[in-house]
Amino acid sequence: MSLEPEHLLYSNRQYGMDHNRYRWSRLSERQPVEWSDGKSLALWINVSLQHFPLDQRGDPFPPPGGMTMPYPDLRHYSLRDYGNRVGIYRVLDALASRKLSASFAVNGELAVRLPELVRLAGEQGEIIGHGWNMDCPHYGGMDEGQEQQLIADTLGQLRNLTGQAVTGWLSPGRNESESTPERLVEQEVSYFCDWVNDDMPYRFDTDKGSLTAMPLSTEIEDTFVLQNNLHSELSWLEQTCDACDFLLQEAQQSGGGRLLALSIHPWLIGQPHRIGKLEQALDYILAKGDIWPTTPGEIVRLWCKQQY
Amino acid sequence: MAQEPLKKPDPGYYDYWAYRDRPKISWPNGARLALWVAPNIEFYELNPPANPFRKAWPRPFPAIQGYGIRDWGNRVGHQRQMEVLDHYGIRGSISLSTALCDHHPEIIELCVERNWEFFSHGIYNTRYTYGMSETQEREMIRDSMETIHRHTGQQCAGYLAPALSHSEFTLDLFAEVGSELFGDAGGIYTCDLFHDDQPTPIHLRSGKRFVSVPYSLEMNDTIAYVVNKVTPRHYGQMLRDCFDRLYAEGEQSGTVMCIPTHNYQVSCPHRLRAFDQALEYITAHSNVWITTGREIAQYYLEHCYDTSVASISGQQQVRIPEGAAA
Repeated sequence: MSLEPEHLLYSNRQYGMDHNRYRWSRLSERQPVEWSDGKSLALWINVSLQHFPLDQRGDPFPPPGGMTMPYPDLRHYSLRDYGNRVGIYRVLDALASRKLSASFAVNGELAVRLPELVRLAGEQGEIIGHGWNMDCPHYGGMDEGQEQQLIADTLGQLRNLTGQAVTGWLSPGRNESESTPERLVEQEVSYFCDWVNDDMPYRFDTDKGSLTAMPLSTEIEDTFVLQNNLHSELSWLEQTCDACDFLLQEAQQSGGGRLLALSIHPWLIGQPHRIGKLEQALDYILAKGDIWPTTPGEIVRLWCKQQY
Repeated sequence: MAQEPLKKPDPGYYDYWAYRDRPKISWPNGARLALWVAPNIEFYELNPPANPFRKAWPRPFPAIQGYGIRDWGNRVGHQRQMEVLDHYGIRGSISLSTALCDHHPEIIELCVERNWEFFSHGIYNTRYTYGMSETQEREMIRDSMETIHRHTGQQCAGYLAPALSHSEFTLDLFAEVGSELFGDAGGIYTCDLFHDDQPTPIHLRSGKRFVSVPYSLEMNDTIAYVVNKVTPRHYGQMLRDCFDRLYAEGEQSGTVMCIPTHNYQVSCPHRLRAFDQALEYITAHSNVWITTGREIAQYYLEHCYDTSVASISGQQQVRIPEGAAA
């Protein structure tokens, strides 16, 4: 028994990364970034507005959070839909009452199905593209034209409906094809939030020009903590507050701004027994004082200005 | 399609040896417990060749989620963990994907400056041992040990197979290559076995004096956070509870507590404080030997190995059931 010789060949064993998407860089060695008003910690809240079709194809894999039961999976369909009917209004109120803006990562199909909701989100924050729906993943080996079309449809609907430039992107399930970044640049996207390999923005290279990669942490995302890890609502609150404390301290000690990114889903955090924990988390963070509540577009603008 | 090897019912690396009535281990300066922290510093490839027995990533290329968070560990997490260990005077024993010497030499330099130990964790954590011939595995292990020596000057003493992927020959090969390269200093301990809270002698085909040093899967942050899905604060409590018990038992005979970490788990902003506070608690105790894997193995070989072998041979042995295959 033996493996093919390629298993003991290491063609990318070299300085830096094993690909050419971005440069190897340690956060601790970078030039400090200064946020607005000299605040230490930027607060970015991303609310994902999602549509999970009942006739889920799951091709080539089912979406995280999607249907799991035999058709018709009314349980999961309606529980996800709950987020767009009920949960989102609790989230919007929690934000508005604290004068907080947010980004809303929206499936393009929702602009057709629920235009009033998407318009409302656009009035309260920054819209970013989130793919056509949760059952239209971007994946390695997919047809290039199909991907181009999914992105064009999504951005087209959201741009027309909200009047926003929509220059941010979050792929459904954070899954990409080999060339999703190229397709995004072609359609005037300037930043994307799929990669989770940093705590700060960084430059991501494509054949068509560069993007800014925005670190939308999955580690304290509501779906990861509550649904994947099955931790309690109280524990989500604790973890969020602990992350805030840590990043704020690191920012103050290092003299460079840091970023706390909260990624939330109204179908999960918008439940009656959970929304209070979101409100408590926001109050805890804002009470720190040294916080810059903002949107990803603002962060990208400020960060880019300080890079070149 | 690769053929599976014939399987054994028992690895045969060690004899049964009851935890009670063992000869007393006395760690240096009368310490009751040897504490070592083993940060895994790993490199996962975005597009590795597909091993026929184990998939590296669950999704088609590019699997950016799994790759990304591990890259985060090197870009962001390592520095944070290192600062915490510095604060408590702990030298890490690094379980190293040795290709990282090429990819991220800055991290290696920081650890060399601190006199941390480097031991082999293979070349990449996306290259599994499964399916390798003995010659191939020997070559991979030799490459990893030579790489550590070339970049750090250290004679690699310990092994943790890449992604805990083993063959029947893994420990033999590691020990043999270690002796070939570095004589008695090289290839003296393994972290691949989880059968004990104290070091134990290991049988090898060469008869080399070789030790298993406890490297706890239960305290491993990735096992705790990803497999067992514990909360950060609970992980901190687990570390303290584990320490309390091993420290108490260490009064009778010295114990080992290992905290295996990953810079992409333990260093996350919502988790680092739990680790920090657990280390604060542990290091506030006297009679704790804060050390490295190599130092534990060397001390054990010098002071405890022979009495252990004698004690084991005087104890009950596992009986092979009648009718069992030879």
